[in-house]
Amino acid sequence: MDAEPSVASRAVAVGSRRRPERLPGEARRIGYLYIAPAFILYAAFNLLPLGQGVNTSFYDWDGITPGTWVGLHNYTGFFTDPAIRSGYVHVLILMVFYAFLPIVLGLFLAALLSRIRIRGLTFFRMLLFLPLVITDVVTAVAWTWVYDTHGPLNTVMNAVGLGHFIPSQGWLGDFNTALPAVGVFGLWGSFGFCLILFLAGVMKIPASLYEAARVDGANAVREFFAVTLPGLRYELQVVLVLSVIGTLDTFDEIYVLTYGGPGTATTVPAYLVWRRAFQSGEVGSAAALGITLMLIIFAVTYAINRLMERGAEP
Amino acid sequence: MSARIIRLTVLGALIAAACTPGTATVQPSAPPAPAVTGVPDTGPITLTIWDQEYGQVSRVWDRLNAEFEQRYPNVTVKRVKRDFNELKTLLRLAISGPNPPDVVEANQGWPDMGQLVKAGLLLPLDNYATAYGWNDRVSQNVLAVSSWTPDGKQFGTGNLYGYTTMGEILGVYYNKQKLVDLGLGLPTTFDEFEHDLAVAKQAGEVPIMFGNNDAFPGIHEFAVIQDRMAPTSDNTDFIFGSQGTQLSFDTPANLQAAATLQNWAKAGYFTPGFGGGGYQDAVNNFANGQGLFMITGNWVVGDLGADNRDFGFFVLPPKEAGAPPVSTGGAGYPLSITATSEHPDAAAAYIDWMTSDHASDLLVPTGQIPLHTGATASTVEPGTVLADVVAAAAATTASNGVVPYEDWATPTFYDTLTASIQELMADRITPQEFVSKVQQDYADFQSSRT
Repeated sequence: MDAEPSVASRAVAVGSRRRPERLPGEARRIGYLYIAPAFILYAAFNLLPLGQGVNTSFYDWDGITPGTWVGLHNYTGFFTDPAIRSGYVHVLILMVFYAFLPIVLGLFLAALLSRIRIRGLTFFRMLLFLPLVITDVVTAVAWTWVYDTHGPLNTVMNAVGLGHFIPSQGWLGDFNTALPAVGVFGLWGSFGFCLILFLAGVMKIPASLYEAARVDGANAVREFFAVTLPGLRYELQVVLVLSVIGTLDTFDEIYVLTYGGPGTATTVPAYLVWRRAFQSGEVGSAAALGITLMLIIFAVTYAINRLMERGAEP
Repeated sequence: MSARIIRLTVLGALIAAACTPGTATVQPSAPPAPAVTGVPDTGPITLTIWDQEYGQVSRVWDRLNAEFEQRYPNVTVKRVKRDFNELKTLLRLAISGPNPPDVVEANQGWPDMGQLVKAGLLLPLDNYATAYGWNDRVSQNVLAVSSWTPDGKQFGTGNLYGYTTMGEILGVYYNKQKLVDLGLGLPTTFDEFEHDLAVAKQAGEVPIMFGNNDAFPGIHEFAVIQDRMAPTSDNTDFIFGSQGTQLSFDTPANLQAAATLQNWAKAGYFTPGFGGGGYQDAVNNFANGQGLFMITGNWVVGDLGADNRDFGFFVLPPKEAGAPPVSTGGAGYPLSITATSEHPDAAAAYIDWMTSDHASDLLVPTGQIPLHTGATASTVEPGTVLADVVAAAAATTASNGVVPYEDWATPTFYDTLTASIQELMADRITPQEFVSKVQQDYADFQSSRT
């Protein structure tokens, strides 16, 4: 005779017939279909070349004839090749101009601007942002004129009686000033970006925090470290990551301003990649340099993010 | 799940990419000499040409191409202008792809033509050279700098892989009025030239207009001095590398040349601030009347104006008066036929056309130097700077005094030499350190060849 199925067994039957509702946002297989078009393009134009780059870096290859497998030999250049080593030293020096100074100056001005109202701020913001809108190559060509023997910089220096500070070989031709000259170009380019981001961040900090700080008797310096700086943490993180990557990638301005010279005073890793791959037919070495550079960028970015997040914990 | 996907993707990309880069090479054999010269009338032929000309020369090429099509109505010339870096990188890919080029304009030397020959990308032209009589039209050294053994391992000997009748020469441009104003005549010896430099400096004039921010001009300043010190054959043997590690850059002659260049820089004979000055700016300033001399190549004739009479040109004079003229220069970019060309006979006819007397008459006014025997240079006006350049080149060629560019010596020689010359001229290294540094590059390459 038919007995009523027990509650438990019914529940099982129900369970087997109707699977529990999917949680919203849980992955479904159909999702792979949605990302497929983008992923295929990404794989074809980014991942595959990356794989080829890694592969090439294990060969001694002139770009035309079959390469010879050399294992990790190309990577040892990172430690032994003086050209590569000095390239990284140059990048570290450039970082002062491309990352450190713009951030310090940007923070200072942002803090200042947070305390006073400036008429026509939008206009000044636009001016500061302009270097980022124009491509680096174009602005770098303009800067070759700034540094020219008869250019505006020397004209001004001569006019105010600082003429004897002008290097005899020109700013870009002197072994001591060429790298800082490139750096100042970078400072000019990235400073506006930092300031715009910091200004936007400052505006987002509630005015009540400043008021509270002032009620507590904080002076401008105290206010900066207690309110402004913590409030700008995320902007700082973004700026730091972008500017550090930007420095490690430096190529355009070197190519336009100095060709890595005088001597090798301004060669940087990215410039060496180009020169070895397309000028002197050392494609394997160029690939190894590029991969190393990529790994360093990954590591530095990761480190910055970790540091900033740890700093965020109270 | 996502981590696994990433791992799989990276692995997949690595596997897909993991194979020896570059393709196995097959050395092509020379096509047989054609029974008749000229383009065979065997139906429509499209000749694809890759070249790297621009400006005035480019316009002459367009005209010559149109005339070639008129001459052989079954031929269509398809011209592709390429930057040289691009040309070298793309050639390998293009040759296996649809519509490969038939004729390419490639640079000589180890970094460029040497690699193309080694990769089996160019056809030996020897039989065409015989059929068209190219061997008798130019001097042996013009052919030698385009000659390689089929494996690309020996330079300056073996098969002919490129041909041109146009060339280059380095020398000294001078401002005629300034020379007169300073009470100087044309120098006939190296000492007289150095004396002129001192006089110009004394008078507050810029002795040598120069800008070395672009790095390459320094090679030319060094080369013309080196040509005075070292025997002509030294440099030829050096770049051909036929004696392997036997030859050295560290010679007394090169040391002396380096010391001279450094002394000139120290004495203020070059434009103040030359390290940061641009090459084109220097040329423009010289054209506008600044500076007494400028040491560079024939190619700036176009900037000065071929019919210009304010400037003159001479090859830097030898140490002893009356010695035959010597200068760096030689064959310009030669034309080569690619190994996969379907119409090598038509391509050879095209090369012959582009190197004909007619072509040279059109090319010379752009500042190119005719290298072939019997060049009439009928389009050159006497008394112009162009006439000076052409005459100086003719005299140097006649005395077999053309020295090839030194940066052909190794694939990295250009970088090493330009950077070291910048250091030398800025007094950062001594002449001895300079020759040792450059020699290191040479020794590395020569030992890697064996």
